Amino acid sequence: MGEVLVLVEDVDGVVKKVTAELLTLARRLGDPAAVWVGPGISDEAVAALGEYGAGTVYVAGDAELTKHPVAPKAEVLAQLVADKAPAAVLIASTAEGKEVAGRLAVRTGSGVVTDAIDVAEDLTATQSVFGGSTVVHSKVTTGTPIITIRGNSVAPDPAPATPARVDVAVSLSDAATKATVTGHTVAAKGGRPDLTEAAIVVSGGRGVGGAEGFAVIEALADSLGAAVGASRAATDAGWYPHQYQVGQTGKTVSPQLYIANGISGAIQHRAGMQTSKTIVVVNKDPEAPIFELADYGVVGDLFTVVPQLTEEIKNRG
Amino acid sequence: MKIAVCVKQVPDTWAEKALKAADSTLDRDAADGVMNELDEYAVEEALKLTEAHGGEVVVVTMGPERAGETVRKALSMGADSGVHLVDETLHGSDALATSYALAEVLKDRGFDLVMFGSESTDARMSVVPAMVAERLGIAQLTFAQKVEVSGPTVTIQRATETGYDTVEAQTPAVVSVVEKINEPRYPSFKGIMAAKKKPVETLSVSDAGLDAARLGLSAAWSQVEDFAARPPKAAGTIVVDEGDGGAKLAGFLAEQKFI
Ligand SMILES: Cc1cc2nc3c(=O)[nH]c(=O)nc-3n(C[C@H](O)[C@H](O)[C@H](O)COP(=O)(O)OP(=O)(O)OC[C@H]3O[C@@H](n4cnc5c(N)ncnc54)[C@H](O)[C@@H]3O)c2cc1C
Ligand SMILES: Nc1ncnc2c1ncn2[C@@H]1O[C@H](COP(=O)(O)O)[C@@H](O)[C@H]1O
Repeated sequence: MGEVLVLVEDVDGVVKKVTAELLTLARRLGDPAAVWVGPGISDEAVAALGEYGAGTVYVAGDAELTKHPVAPKAEVLAQLVADKAPAAVLIASTAEGKEVAGRLAVRTGSGVVTDAIDVAEDLTATQSVFGGSTVVHSKVTTGTPIITIRGNSVAPDPAPATPARVDVAVSLSDAATKATVTGHTVAAKGGRPDLTEAAIVVSGGRGVGGAEGFAVIEALADSLGAAVGASRAATDAGWYPHQYQVGQTGKTVSPQLYIANGISGAIQHRAGMQTSKTIVVVNKDPEAPIFELADYGVVGDLFTVVPQLTEEIKNRG
Repeated sequence: MKIAVCVKQVPDTWAEKALKAADSTLDRDAADGVMNELDEYAVEEALKLTEAHGGEVVVVTMGPERAGETVRKALSMGADSGVHLVDETLHGSDALATSYALAEVLKDRGFDLVMFGSESTDARMSVVPAMVAERLGIAQLTFAQKVEVSGPTVTIQRATETGYDTVEAQTPAVVSVVEKINEPRYPSFKGIMAAKKKPVETLSVSDAGLDAARLGLSAAWSQVEDFAARPPKAAGTIVVDEGDGGAKLAGFLAEQKFI
C-alpha cells in the first residue's frame, strides 16, 4: 500500500469535517497524506490532520496558488502524483473539488470517479446515481485513481498520528494563472452549521409561504442544532438565500436526518437529498411525492405541526 | 465576439433513467431526449452577450444522430450555426474522452468564449468544462451566476459554497453557467422556421481528426463493475395531523435518538 493523497478543505484556516472523513477513508486504502494548498496553515491545522491519521502533510504554501481558481490545486496534486506515485487521490465532492479532480485527471492521464459514497480496499468506488435510485460500483482502470467523495459518507474516526510537514515548491503553468480571483463575497451566515456538513437539515419549500414563514423553519433547526435548507421554489421567490438551495442545481446533502417542510418532492429536489439516512416530511397534501421517501411523514399544516414539534423538542431537551 | 456553446442531449429529467444490462451505459432510447436544462441557460447567456456586443453563436454537440434535435432547438432559440460530432465509436465515451473530442473540435476555430452548462443532468459530473479548459490551456471561468464582457476582459461571479468569488480573465476563456444567471427564452415560431435553414456541420471522428483509440466505451479510464437498483425504501409511517402531529413526530425523533 502506498500513500493516499487527500486534498484538504478549510474555512479560514480551520480544517473542515469532510477532510476528517476523507482521511478516515484513506486509512483503509493506504497511508493517508494530507495536501494543503495556499498560505495560512497553522500548527493547529497540522495537528487536526494528524488527529485523523495523516502521516504526512504536504504544504504548498505560496499565496499565488489561491489567487487563481481550481487549476493551481490540480497542478500541485499533479506534481505530487508524479513525485510520490500515490495509490489514489481523494477529493471532497464539492463543485470545486470535482473540477480539481477533472483537471488532475487530464494532467495525469488518470481515470476519475465523482460523487462516490464509499471506496473499498481494492479502490472500487460506490456511487449512488439517478437521484439515489441506482447503486453503481466502478473502478478506475488507468493511471492513479482520482475519486471525489460526498460529504457525510463516512463517519470521521480519530487515529492520532504525528504528521511530518513537507513543504513543496510548485511552479504553475501559464494556463493555470489565466483566471484571477479579484474578490470574495461571503453571504451573511448565521451561527448554524454548514449545510453540506450538518448532521441534521431542516428545509422549507413553497409551502412556507414567504420569507417570514422561514422563522418557523429556523426555530425548528435551532432546536435541533441543524442547518436550514430550501427548495428552489423558495430561493427563486427570494424567501431564502440561494446558497441554501438543496437539489440538482443547489447543494447535495446527505445528513443523518432531513426534515422537508412544505416541499412537494420534485425530482430536482430529490436529487440533492435522497441519500439522507432518515427522511421526515411535513406536507398538507397526502399525495405529495415527497412522502414516497419518508421514513416518517405527517399530513398536516406545517404552521401547526412544526411549532408543536419545536416546543416538544425544547421541553424534552 | 465569437461564442461556442456546448450543449448535450439528455434523457428527459422526468423520465425514469436506467442503465443497459449489456454495457452499463445509459439507456438513451428509453426516454425522450431533451437539451440538458443547464445548457439552455448557457445558450441564453451567449445570445444575450452577442445581442449586446455583436458576434455569432455556434452550438456544438457530441452525441448520436438524434442529438441533432438539440442543436436545432438552440438554433431556434437564436444561435447562428451548429457543429454536430456524431460517430458510432463515440458511444460510451467518459468525461475524459468527451472533453478530448470537444476540445479538438473547438480549437483553432477562433472562439472568444466557449460556454457550457455547469452540469449535465444525466452524468452529473460537472467536470467537462474544467477538463476542456485544461486541454485548451485557456482561462477557466466556471459556475458563473453573472457574466460581464468589456473588450477582451471577461468578469464573472463564481458561485461558491458561501457566496461568490469575482473572477477575471482575458479571452479566450471557458465559461460555465449556473441556473440563476438568467431565464432562457422559448423558441418563437419564427425562430423555429428560421432554424431549419441554418447551417449544421456534421463531423465524424475522422473528419474531426480524432484518435478513435481514445474514444468510446473501450477507451474509458474507469469502468462500471456492476450496478443494481437500490432496493425500494420500506414504506414509512404516515400519520394525519389531528392536533398532535408535532408531538407524534417528536416521539419518532426520540425513538430514533435524534432528540
Ligand atoms: C433546471 C432545473 C433545476 C432545478 N433545480 C432544483 C434544485 O436544485 N432544488 C429544488 O428544490 N428544485 C429545483 N428545481 C425545481 C423543481 O422542479 C421544483 O419546481 C421545486 O423543487 C418545487 O419546490 P417546492 O417543493 O418547494 O414547491 P411546490 O412543488 O410548489 O410544493 C409545495 C408543497 O408545499 C405543500 N404545502 C403548501 N402549504 C403548506 C402548509 N401550510 N403546510 C404544509 N405543506 C404545505 C404543498 O402541498 C406542496 O406539496 C429545478 C428545476 C429545473 C427546471
Ligand atoms: N456530449 C456532449 N456534447 C456537448 N457538450 C457536452 C457533452 N457532454 C457534456 N457537455 C457539456 O459539459 C457540461 C457539463 O457536463 P458534465 O461534466 O457531464 O456534468 C454540460 O452542461 C455541457 O455543456
